Formats: sequence, structure tokens, C-alpha cells
Amino acid sequence: MSEGIGARVARKEDKRFITGKGKYTDDIRMENQAYAAFVRSPHAHAKVAGIDASAAEAMDGVIAVLNGHELTGDGIGNIICGWAITSKDGSPMNMGAWSALATEKVRYVGDAVAVVIAESQALARLAAEAVEVDYKELPAVAFADKALESGAPEIHDNAPGNLIYDWEIGEAAATDAAIAGAAHVTELEVTNNRLSPNPMEPRSAVATFDASEDHYTLYTTSQNPHVARLVLSAFYNVAPEHKLRVIAPDVGGGFGSKIYIYPEEITCLWASMKTGRSVKWTSDRSEAFMTDAHGRDHITTAKMGFDADGKIVGFKVDTVANFGAYMSLFSSAVPTYLYATLLSGQYNISNVHCNVRAVYTNTVPVDAYRGAGRPEACYLIERMMETAARELGMDPGDLRRKNFIQSFPHETPVIMTYDAGDFDGNLDKALAAAKIADFPARKAEAAARGKLRGIGYSCYIEACGIAPSAAVGSLGAGVGLWESAEVRVNPVGTIEILTGSHSHGQGHETTFAQVVAERFGVPIDNVSIVHGDTDKVQFGMGTYGSRSGAVGLSAIVKAMDKVEAKVKKIAAHTLEASEDDIVIEGGEVKVAGTDKAMAWHEVGLAAYTGHNLPDGLEPGLKEGAFYDPVNFTFPAGAYIAEVEVDPDTGVTEVVQFTAADDFGTIINPMIVEGQVHGGVAQGIGQAMLEQVVYDEDGQLITGSYMDYTMPRAADVPFYTIEHNTTVCPNNPLGIKGCGEAGAIGAPPAVINAITDAIGTNDLQMPATPQAVWSALQTVKTPMAAE
Amino acid sequence: MDMTGEHRISAPREVVWHALNDDAVLRECIPGCSELEKKSDTELSAIVIQKIGPVKAKFAGDVELTNINAPESYTIRGEGSGGVAGFAKGGADVTLEEDGGDTILSYTVHATVGGKLARLGSRLIDSTARKLASQFFDNFQAHLNEARPNAAE
Repeated sequence: MSEGIGARVARKEDKRFITGKGKYTDDIRMENQAYAAFVRSPHAHAKVAGIDASAAEAMDGVIAVLNGHELTGDGIGNIICGWAITSKDGSPMNMGAWSALATEKVRYVGDAVAVVIAESQALARLAAEAVEVDYKELPAVAFADKALESGAPEIHDNAPGNLIYDWEIGEAAATDAAIAGAAHVTELEVTNNRLSPNPMEPRSAVATFDASEDHYTLYTTSQNPHVARLVLSAFYNVAPEHKLRVIAPDVGGGFGSKIYIYPEEITCLWASMKTGRSVKWTSDRSEAFMTDAHGRDHITTAKMGFDADGKIVGFKVDTVANFGAYMSLFSSAVPTYLYATLLSGQYNISNVHCNVRAVYTNTVPVDAYRGAGRPEACYLIERMMETAARELGMDPGDLRRKNFIQSFPHETPVIMTYDAGDFDGNLDKALAAAKIADFPARKAEAAARGKLRGIGYSCYIEACGIAPSAAVGSLGAGVGLWESAEVRVNPVGTIEILTGSHSHGQGHETTFAQVVAERFGVPIDNVSIVHGDTDKVQFGMGTYGSRSGAVGLSAIVKAMDKVEAKVKKIAAHTLEASEDDIVIEGGEVKVAGTDKAMAWHEVGLAAYTGHNLPDGLEPGLKEGAFYDPVNFTFPAGAYIAEVEVDPDTGVTEVVQFTAADDFGTIINPMIVEGQVHGGVAQGIGQAMLEQVVYDEDGQLITGSYMDYTMPRAADVPFYTIEHNTTVCPNNPLGIKGCGEAGAIGAPPAVINAITDAIGTNDLQMPATPQAVWSALQTVKTPMAAE
Repeated sequence: MDMTGEHRISAPREVVWHALNDDAVLRECIPGCSELEKKSDTELSAIVIQKIGPVKAKFAGDVELTNINAPESYTIRGEGSGGVAGFAKGGADVTLEEDGGDTILSYTVHATVGGKLARLGSRLIDSTARKLASQFFDNFQAHLNEARPNAAE
């Protein structure tokens, strides 16, 4: 079956994307459409003493200037964080109020205080500049450690000391005791740099209020339109769910930043009702830097204890996580259940303890970004392992192998139960593909050219397929994390799959169709995937955490099971055979071992004509299913980076990168490789290039591509990609997920390679030429002594 | 932004001091200055149009002079708003020292910028400030030369 599971099928959706025919939110043109522009604070922290909109209102073509008092006055609710975390003393997290338009106070540069609705985008932006806001500046704090110092400016009244929560996982006393008794202790301080997600398509929204039906329609750049509708209805009081349709059409990348419901969508919906016009807003790139949720921003100190044999006896971690000025939708879960629960890594460790303090600062809200917590965990563990290997004088691969988990299921001390894996096998494949035996020769050859060549490993594990609803509910999640699907077989045999997953670059239109083709023997061109519209798909939890394959496809498989059962009933009746003898093969529904068969479309037609169905069987051929996963899935792998450093300039090149991943079942190897390529590129970006910078007054310094460096083609090598598959035992297709692995596994591999090359471990991300050169100056050893 | 500098001005200290306190001279010499009004002996308001990297804006600002120790030194404190382009605020300590018939003017500036100016122009602030300072002193010297042609010889 050339188009089924495992086939390298070209992406169906690429025809429209590469010919410029994709239909994105900003391509939507409504009749009677007006444009929104936001008036944003230039101050990181200030009281709003007054807003004078008279000059803007007087401009020809300005329809309205609306502010936060009017918004809250109309009953629009505050923006919430949907995952409740409880501090270790039992107190609930301190969530400060976040109004879509600020009323009394602004808390970060870019915080919106008013919106201008005008006849054109240019006019709206011009008028927004004419709105005069009287700010009374307050002292600001941008850095998480500074925000915790006594006397730091307080950002929310109900978060004393800017502390949102002080949370822990694992056994503190047992871990301390294990480390105290260790033969060797490795200590490490790492920062995980703050990143801007930078999807290719900026955020956008088009909101239309239909007064005759009291109904709203919102086109928006969302990874989860149903969640958006749920939150907009239940918490922001925009409209009840049956009066609100949310459509996320083609979406050009998200990386997490389009999970959340932002002030702009809420404001556009409300402004449409206020003005009786469709209201469109599209972010420009500079606005995106200033308002899209950022990622990461951790400061961590950690200790790992080893026995005399190199076995890990305890791992103790203390992390401070910068949340920015407000708690974004899933912010609270990222440095807790998506981070600390992965701190056992691929290793058999009896004692792990992690303490996390989440803090407010006067910066853009921080939330999940490709990997979400797992990159922070992996970076810490894998730098720790490499550092320990150097200190212990052991081969970094051998130290890892000595500690790898060997049998499954394996329960870690941080509440995860790994279901399957082959960590030695991953490392074997990576080492072979990286031609590790030849590394000394490569290093010598580089030295002859005056370059320092280094090698670094990273053995990552992550948790995907989020998540069993009851489990996450018990941990504070405000939603269940199942997925839904509907399979509609048409009378002519073509198939529509309605899914709650959302594709914003992942290629679902192809991979999902491949799974259907495998099952029913129809060509993938006869299968269409419908997603992203709350009026078409009943419900869905959307796409993030690499969950579309493991959770979304599992729901489709469940619905296909039901369709198959009905197909067999119809065929058995028509062909006068037993249901148990019916098989679906090669586009036909057959009686096994005979030449009796119906074509696939003949079964569809029979179902819809209803002329000759078994007694009591309903006409039609359409089934739905909800799938709730029973566990997370655990993709894992081994990455090996090789770099060359120019010691005179610090300029560093990643010259070789090998990825050996275990993603479980692979539906389309080409698409999976694409996901690894993109993820590793973002990982290299984090390791060497990307950094959101605030000055100490909370001014965003990196507000454009002049100052924020994204990886370009020349910054990344040709990758070597291997797979070492163990099938996930907990979902019907055996899928683990592949969307985030590259971004999780790559940063420590790169940094370990650079620190190997330069001979000092004192290096933080991003390893810019300046950072690498500065680190080199501290270890200048007299060459003559060698 | 922190910046220090020193300029030799070919004029006696008294002349330099008076010129620095003459609103007409300042209006003429400050690059991009379209309006400058002396509100009192120690307070000025000004409008300056400047381009810093990709940000071009009209800054309306107020300036206050303190620590006046004529003709040797004073402190300038100012704050300017460029509307949506952001804001700048800061101060400078200025001292004048006699050196023969010339005057050595030295200054220490500390300034902060915010909004779009910080977001898009931060990297360019230092070099722009240096360029503007050097333009100002060129203009200032030219003005003094015109006013006292002999002094330029």
C-alpha cells in the first residue's frame, strides 16, 4: 500500500501553500470590515491616570476609540490561566487580574490600554498614535531573580513579593540525604534563555457580530479553536458557546504561541458588537515581539550525586521561572508538570527533588513554546551528565549507559511512568551514524586549520500526547485533554475526517489521510480532513505538545473501528456471509477466501440508499468517537552535535548533527524528518542565536530582526537522521509524537559540544561569538606547556 | 546609555557660557531643533525632530538646568516624549575649563529610552548620540566663529 502508514507521500496541502493559495486569517475579507489598532504602553510599569482620545476621535474615518473601563463595564471577564497550581504550603497560586484592555495600571511594554476602530488599517494605526495617555511611571522589574528580592516593585496586589507559587515535587529530605552521602557531587547553574516564538504568520483576528442573531463569528490564528471558544464563552463572557463560532483557517505556524487567547481577539469581538462592524486586527512583526507569549526564561541551580561506580544517587533542582506580567493560559503548568516531571531523564534515579518558584515581572507573559518545560528539563539534565562525565573522567556515553533505564514500565520519582523505550539502542544508532571512532581524526584535522572541534551528546526524553484527562484534572488542569473525531463515509465512498486536532504546518491533511487509506484501502485523494471550525467539528482540544498523532489520530482510529463494524454488517448482509468473515482489502469489502466482494463505494451507497440493510440497522455511514489517552507517550532519542570554534573570534559553526529518535510508529517519514529538521533548527537557534533582551527598566530591546537573531540556512548543518523505533503500547497506532523533539534535544548537545571544544563549562545560552570568545579568555592555557 | 565626551572650543570660557545659555544659539546649533523657548533662566522647552535608525519622531521635551556654577559647570536634566516613538529622559553634567584662550567642555551623560525607540533603535542610540553631539559642537563652534571672526584665526 503505497500511500498508507510508512509511505513517504508528498504533502497534499503544499500545493496551495507553495502557490500562495493558502487562506489565512488576514486573507479573510468581510463586508463592512473595519480595522483595529491598539494603543500600547511604552512603559513597563505605570499607573494610567487618564486617556484623551479626542484628537483620534476627531479624525475622519475613525469609528470609535474604546478603553478598558468600557470593556470591563460591559462585563467582559479577565483573562485567566487554566491550570491551578498549589504551592507546597497548600495555598493556591496568586493569579493577578488581567483585563484585555488595562484599566488602572499597565504592567509591561506593549500592554494595551485602548483600541481604535477605523476605516483602514493605516488610519487606525495613525489614530492610535494620536491617543494621549497620561501615564504615571512606576519602578519596574524585568528579571525573575530581581523580582524576588525584597523591596522589588510589586506588580500585582495579590502576589506579595511577586511570587505566584512556590511548588515542589519529589522527596526533599531523601534527596538531600542521598546527595550528602554521594561519592561525587556535580553542581551546575544554568539559565534557559528567553525566546520569542516567531511563527511565520503573525497573529490575526477578524470578528463579526450579527445583531439579528446575537451571534459572533471569529476567524483567528489559533492552534485550538474549540478551546478558544470555550474560554471566550465561559470566562470572558463574550457570548455563550452556541452563539460563537470560532474558525482557525490555514495557520502559518504556532510553536505554542497560538494556543492562548490573547487580549486582541477578545477586544475585536467586543468591538464588533460595540461598533456594528466586522473588526480585523493583524499584528505586525514588531507588535509580535512585544505581545506574543514568550518561551522559557528559567534560572536554575542543581546538584547531582553519584556513587563511586558512577551511578546517580540523587538529583536536586531549584528553579525560578519568569512568568512575565500576567499568567497566560497554560503558563503555570510549564515549569511544573511539563518540566519537573521529566527531571529523571532517561536515567534510573531513586531520588529527585525539584522546587519551582514562579514570579511576575514587567515583561511579556511567558507560556509554552515548542517543547514547553521539557527543553528546560533536558537542557539541565544533559548538561549535568556531560559535566559529571568530565569531572569523573568518564566517557559521556558510558556514564549515561551506566544509568539508563533498562526495563519498562518504569516509574520515576517525579510521577511519570515511562511505558517503552530503548535508550542504549538510540545511543548506539547515533554513535554509529556520527562515526564516533573518527572524531579524534576530525578534531586533529580541524586543529590543523586552527579550529577547536568539540563533540556533545544529549539523550533526551519527553512526554507527549498530553494527556489522560483524569490525571491532568487531579493535577489542576481546568480542561480534559482527550480528542474527538468523526468519520463520514459519503455515498460515493469518499471520506471526510472531522478532527479536533488542528494543523498549522504539521501536515495533517496528508498523514491523517494516510491512516484512513491504510485502513479502508481508499486513495488519499479520496479523503479530506476537516478541522479548525467549531461549527463543523463538534469539539476538540487542539494541537500542542505533539499530541495530534498520539491523541487525535487515536480518536480517528476509534471512529474508524465503528465505521468498519458497520461496513462489515452491511457487506455481510449483502453478500450473505458472516460478519466475522468480512475483510477490507485493496479498496474492496470481501468475504475472506472467496471471490465474493463489494467495492468500497458500493457499501457507502448501500448505507445511504437504505434499500437493503440488515434489520434494525440505521442508514448512513458516519461515526464519531472521543479518545482519552491512558498515559503520556515518551519519545526519546540520542543527539550528537559537533562544532568548530574559531578561537580568535568565538565564531562557532555546527558542522555535524546526528539525531537518532524513537518516535514510535511513523506514518510519513518525510514529514517526521521535516519536524526533526525544524525542531533542531530552533534548538540550534536557542543554543547559539536567540535571546529576548529587556533592559533593567523593562524596556524590550530586541523588538525586531535587527536585534533578535533567528537561525538561517547557513547556521545549520545537513542533519543525519536515524530512527530506533519502539512502539508505544498505549495507543492504537503505537505513536509517540515528533513535533518538539528537535527543540528539546538539540540545545544541550550543541552547548556540550561547544564547552568540549573550548575547555570550560562556564557558558550560557545563547552561545554567541562574544560569549564563546569571552569564555575562551578565561581558560587561555599556555600552548607551550602541552 | 552612558556617554562621556570632551570638546575643545576656540573661545574664552565666558563667551562659551553665555552662548550655552542663549536660547537663539541653542535653537540654531541643536541638530533637528525646530522650536526652543526659554521659560525661565533655568527652564527650557524644545521640539526636536530626530531619526534614530528606523524611528523618526518629533520629540517635545522640557529641560531644566540645575547646580549652576557660572561659568564653570551645570547639570542639565531633560525629558522628551516622541509620542508613539517612545520617550527619552536623562541628564548631563557639563563643566567648562579654561585652557589658554580656549575652553575645554566636558560632559557626562546618562539617559534612558523607552518604547519603540528602545525596541528598534537601542543598538543605534550610542552612535546616534555621538553623532548628534559632534554635530552640535561643530555648529556651536561655527556660530562662535561667526560671532567673533577674529577668534577663529
